[in-house]
Amino acid sequence: MPKLIKGVGCPYCGSSCDDIEVLVSDDETKVLEVHNACIIGTNLFHHANDPTRPRLPRKRQPDGSMKEIPYEDAIDYMAKTMLAAKKPLIYGFGSTNCEGMSAIGRIAEKSGAVLDNCATICHGPSFLAIFDNGYPSCTLGEAKNRADVVVFWGCNPMHAHPRHTSRYSIFPRGYFTQKGQMQRTVLCIDPRETDTAKLADHHLMLDQGHDYELFNAFRTVLRGHDIPDVVAGIPKETIKKSAEIMKNAKFCMIFFGMGCTHTDGRNHNIDHAISLTRDLNDHTKCSIMAMRGHYNIAGPGQVWAWQFGFPYCIDLSKGTHAHMNPGETSSVDLAMRDEVDCFVNIGADAGAHFPIQPVQHLKKHPFIVIDPNFNMASEISDLHIPVRIAGVDEPGVVYRMDNVPIQFKAVLKGLPGVPSDEELFDRVYERMCELTNTKPIWLAAKEDRRYPESEAVS
Amino acid sequence: MAKIHLNMITQRSIEEGAAMEQGKTNPNYFIACSICEMNPEDMRKAGIWKNTNVRVTSECGTVIVKAIEPTQYCPPGLAHIRQGVWANQVVPPRTQSTGTPQYSGFPVTIEPAPNERIKTALELVQGAVGLWQGGKI
Repeated sequence: MPKLIKGVGCPYCGSSCDDIEVLVSDDETKVLEVHNACIIGTNLFHHANDPTRPRLPRKRQPDGSMKEIPYEDAIDYMAKTMLAAKKPLIYGFGSTNCEGMSAIGRIAEKSGAVLDNCATICHGPSFLAIFDNGYPSCTLGEAKNRADVVVFWGCNPMHAHPRHTSRYSIFPRGYFTQKGQMQRTVLCIDPRETDTAKLADHHLMLDQGHDYELFNAFRTVLRGHDIPDVVAGIPKETIKKSAEIMKNAKFCMIFFGMGCTHTDGRNHNIDHAISLTRDLNDHTKCSIMAMRGHYNIAGPGQVWAWQFGFPYCIDLSKGTHAHMNPGETSSVDLAMRDEVDCFVNIGADAGAHFPIQPVQHLKKHPFIVIDPNFNMASEISDLHIPVRIAGVDEPGVVYRMDNVPIQFKAVLKGLPGVPSDEELFDRVYERMCELTNTKPIWLAAKEDRRYPESEAVS
Repeated sequence: MAKIHLNMITQRSIEEGAAMEQGKTNPNYFIACSICEMNPEDMRKAGIWKNTNVRVTSECGTVIVKAIEPTQYCPPGLAHIRQGVWANQVVPPRTQSTGTPQYSGFPVTIEPAPNERIKTALELVQGAVGLWQGGKI
């Protein structure tokens, strides 16, 4: 009898939907049906059935081909390569659980690595603005229950977070928003008429790259000053009208995305967005939230900020303390300046999603990929180690885009012999300790959970 | 031959996301991402027929993709390649000291290239690092 598993979390986008139902075969090795998920989530669960999924690590041979090797050899190679490197770069973590993120911290410390996550090419500028200006945010539940004006600035949830609008932002009926969409006014600010813009009541089609001016114009209007007739391609009257809508809201919610962080201005755009939120709070209640891309990309921010004090771009190469300075210790900049001599890509695809030049620079040195599937990075790597898929055949804690932790379930039995991220990192760390004749300070994934014995942590 | 200078953005789309989760070597990923959306007016100016191949050149690279009419309206002057392997052949890695490359808002030149072939994702990435052996590995 196939089993229907309810309350499953979807390991794709930052909405981290936790109402998915998955029908699995009675031996729990195949996904048969996926209910409630969007097309991307459905494809993701079904992709776990792929019979060609790698089951053994593969190492690049001198002739350029890949050859399967045992896990022990792969772990030994990774430990030795990382210890030999002066400054390895560990990047990724968009798609893994917090347990794995925590375990990699020990490897990073041991090897004096730079630890970075996908935020570096995504919401990194948002972090910088948040450090400068604070983050007057809320949870998605509050947005659902209270927000009667929703602003999508430089984001397109209909494509990037397909169920965001139906679960949290436009359509759902909440405690104070019982009429759902009828009660909400939706503003969209985007240089294209995206599918989200088509849903919106008002679409402000600004000139691409002029977000800063438009934020500035909104703030100027809110403070009662005059603005030029046209700002960023938007007529004065439209800006005034939109500012009035935001001002008259009972609760205004601003969501912002890559349209602000990938373009000119970067963190300064977000800085202004946060200031606009603060200004609006003189008139009504207003909150702001980053549309984080992956289901657990808020996770490394939480886990590493707890471990090292910084959410991303963490340079541990000094050996004594962590140091963070995006622009200097960020993956793309390090790669472009040839400052790293080993690259480890985990649960992300630098091969496909970095601009191609940094990839060429990184490929000059050992290139290790840890990923459940084949991807562009794995196909140019020197070593590809497969692991279980977090959220599909490995449970774990994830942080949704509003930094709410959710326990995700596993729906399938893991492939035999394939470890989880956490187990793999613990084994690599243990091997590194053997090679350097030191004692592991922590090995969480061990069955008997060998808790700290060394004096360093007692 | 005619050329046109446009402002390029590279962002997500649901087609790209859905295809990516089937695997980046899946034909659907090729179909979803090896395209450039541009306004019909701009196509006319550059002498580009819709659904033919074009060469997109930026300050740091060049890529052949298929020009299509926008699936989501693009105003004249703006072009869009969906996030992915093809877009990242032309994305400048300059970060304004924030760590984030210029994925959106960089100048490109687009010209017709109807007889050029669109390379596969694997060919582009493996080719860029000198590993491409005709898809044998």
